[in-house]
Amino acid sequence: MVRSALSPLPRHVPLLRHGFANAATSFPGSTAPPSAPPQPQLASLTPADIEHFLSFLPASQVQASLAPGSTAQADLDGYNTDWMGKYVGRSRCVLRPRTTDQVSSIMRHCYARRLGVVPQGGNTGLVGGGVPTGSDEVIINLGLMNQIRAFNASSGVLTADAGCVLQTLNTFLTSKGHVMPLDLGAKGSCQIGGNVSTNAGGLRMVRYGSLHANVLGLEVVMPDGRVLRGLRGLRKDNTGYHLHHLFVGAEGTLGVVTGVSLLTPPLSPAVNLALLRLPDYAAVLSVVGTVRAKLGEILSAVEYFDETAWAVVNGDGAAGAEVERQVFGADTVPPGVNLLIETSGSVREHDEEKLTALLEELLDGPHVLTGSLAQDETQLGRMWDLREGIAEACGKAGKVYKYDVSVPIQEWQNVLSTLRQRAAERSEGLIERVVGFGHIGDGNLHINVVCGRYDKAIEQLLEPFMFELVESKGGSISAEHGLGVQKAKYILYSKSPLELELMRKVKAAFDPRGIMNPGKVLPAVAVGEERGGLEGVLQGALAGAGAGALEAGK
Amino acid sequence: MRPTPRSLLRILVPVKRCVDYAVKIRVNAQQTGVETNVKHSMNPFDEIAVEEAVRLRERLKDAVKGITAVTIGPSKAQETLRTALAMGADDAVHVETPEAAIVEPLAVAKLLRAVMDKKGPYDLVILGKQAIDDDAGQTGQMLAGLLGCAQATFASKLDVDVGAGTADVTREIDGGLEQVRVKLPAIVTADLRLNEPRYASLPNIMKAKKKPLEKLKPEDLGVDITPRLQMLKVTEPPKRVGGQKVDNVDELIAKLKKAGVLPGAA
Repeated sequence: MVRSALSPLPRHVPLLRHGFANAATSFPGSTAPPSAPPQPQLASLTPADIEHFLSFLPASQVQASLAPGSTAQADLDGYNTDWMGKYVGRSRCVLRPRTTDQVSSIMRHCYARRLGVVPQGGNTGLVGGGVPTGSDEVIINLGLMNQIRAFNASSGVLTADAGCVLQTLNTFLTSKGHVMPLDLGAKGSCQIGGNVSTNAGGLRMVRYGSLHANVLGLEVVMPDGRVLRGLRGLRKDNTGYHLHHLFVGAEGTLGVVTGVSLLTPPLSPAVNLALLRLPDYAAVLSVVGTVRAKLGEILSAVEYFDETAWAVVNGDGAAGAEVERQVFGADTVPPGVNLLIETSGSVREHDEEKLTALLEELLDGPHVLTGSLAQDETQLGRMWDLREGIAEACGKAGKVYKYDVSVPIQEWQNVLSTLRQRAAERSEGLIERVVGFGHIGDGNLHINVVCGRYDKAIEQLLEPFMFELVESKGGSISAEHGLGVQKAKYILYSKSPLELELMRKVKAAFDPRGIMNPGKVLPAVAVGEERGGLEGVLQGALAGAGAGALEAGK
Repeated sequence: MRPTPRSLLRILVPVKRCVDYAVKIRVNAQQTGVETNVKHSMNPFDEIAVEEAVRLRERLKDAVKGITAVTIGPSKAQETLRTALAMGADDAVHVETPEAAIVEPLAVAKLLRAVMDKKGPYDLVILGKQAIDDDAGQTGQMLAGLLGCAQATFASKLDVDVGAGTADVTREIDGGLEQVRVKLPAIVTADLRLNEPRYASLPNIMKAKKKPLEKLKPEDLGVDITPRLQMLKVTEPPKRVGGQKVDNVDELIAKLKKAGVLPGAA
């Protein structure tokens, strides 16, 4: 009946309404829908559960506001709130295990009781994946599982607990002549388990590849409590399906990552960092190819950030100009956009020769106006702050809507201009800045839309507009941040229904009771989807679009 | 020093290559010094000195005839001169010493005097108040002593009156700030708050390659750099041991006596 009325099914109709997630992702200023009831198969948290946790965990590792726990609910706010202050859950129980066995015992109980579980690392995620959506989930915070288990100096294989902070691991490795293969602005807080679970990208992916390339194995506690001990640390092992890859990027929806075996590259003694100022993005496009070709294997990072990003980090007007003068080493600096280029290699003279030749060529040409080269470690850090400080500066400047997309680099300026035009014409001043920057080396553009407040009107102006725009360029609506709660409902903008179907099969196989990080990554199943095919999906969407609980798949 | 024509200022900026400020210092295995197989860069106080010289030229314009950067050290020390040239120095002098040689502040001061005799005259010498590797804080003062000229150390502000041949310096001292006026030629040592150094711009780095850099040896200058001090031992400070809690004052007294801090039997 419905099918005949519409043909063909437009892919960009938001097919799957995610009422469950919408309920908890209400933030100030929005008209919150009535709270959705918990998914039918998940239980409510009871005092008996708290008692059980206290029977095998030290009291200091159980923080519960539900009796017999004695923590004030307000003290759990840090665990319940994401880094941006945008996603706020109401969990009443936070567990902080120190060992894999403790995690296993926790999961065994939660599985038997059908309690929702939210694995949590450094809580620096940007899509609400690390915080609960309701009040019955148990948060398992891995922060106390922070032991470095082993390091093999000849192979560079590091084995570590999931709760190890990225920067701590890096400090340890540099004392051994190695480095972590990934680096991101959140390094002081994010944990390797979370990095793995979100397949974090970061600044060095252009050189060392993604975590899929560097994770050799994982130790994972399955939803039923059994421990998958995959930390063999072998470079090559083609004996069956490579299960650990499923957990990389699964955002905690298939199991709890408790241990990581990671390949780490040697520390490069020679590091150079150059900051370039170019007149516009067209110049950037002309230059990026030359940079890669001339630097070749020594290129370790290439980052783009435009004039809006400079202003939000360094200040508008005179304040920003003062920083410009110092960092570019000149009295007057022409306006424009910026590129940060880092090289890492084993022989200083070799790298300097290549870099100097490149910089001379670029300065002679029409595309690069000026630039500077870091002369010591302090300047190196300060130049990196110009790029790494953007997210935090945006957060301080206002309330941020973040878009993390993969689009061909030829399209970056089009995307930014289109969005800026829309904001100028239709946001009635609510959108204050549209900040553009990204990992131009791997096509990952970040857009931070900075507003005076979170507002449903702004959200509706931006979504699904942004995702439709990205889809039209054949891109990904979430390059590295993941889907979490924010983008679960938009998954079909970047994946096909068949891919979603297969993902659901994997989820059902690993987590048959659906207790792992409920409401994240995969949208709740719409009524009728079990029938499969577009017809079923459409009918389900139309049925689910009304009020009422969605019947989740088994 | 020969009196200089008061219409033009020639500035000398000695710079030192040391272990980079951001690197964690470790004592070497032989306990003779610190591990030097780490990143090196220009002494941060010398960066400030170079910056001040460049700013003086920006303020006084044609009254400044030139800025010369000089360094005393092994062949790698040349990188430091490149940085100084890229920041705005006009020419550079490298007094090359053997790789493993220890050059003490007095030797440095003697070498600087010799360079000034050979390449001078210089009206103003600006250098960092101390180097962050040995923290000696002696070179500027010794140089002034050898030259018999004025010195104004720990400068947080510097103004030069070329016509009058004087420099007004605000010094950071324990009690606060002291203002002195010195006659040129003078030695000024730079303190942290004198300025914030600029970064080396690419155009200046390229220009720096064409600026003159002269190499000299201590023998050429007739200076003996043999150390007069013998380093006996370098160790890290003792590791902090955990404290103890005591239950009452009597126990505290007993423990203090036992540790020999208070006289009497425990």
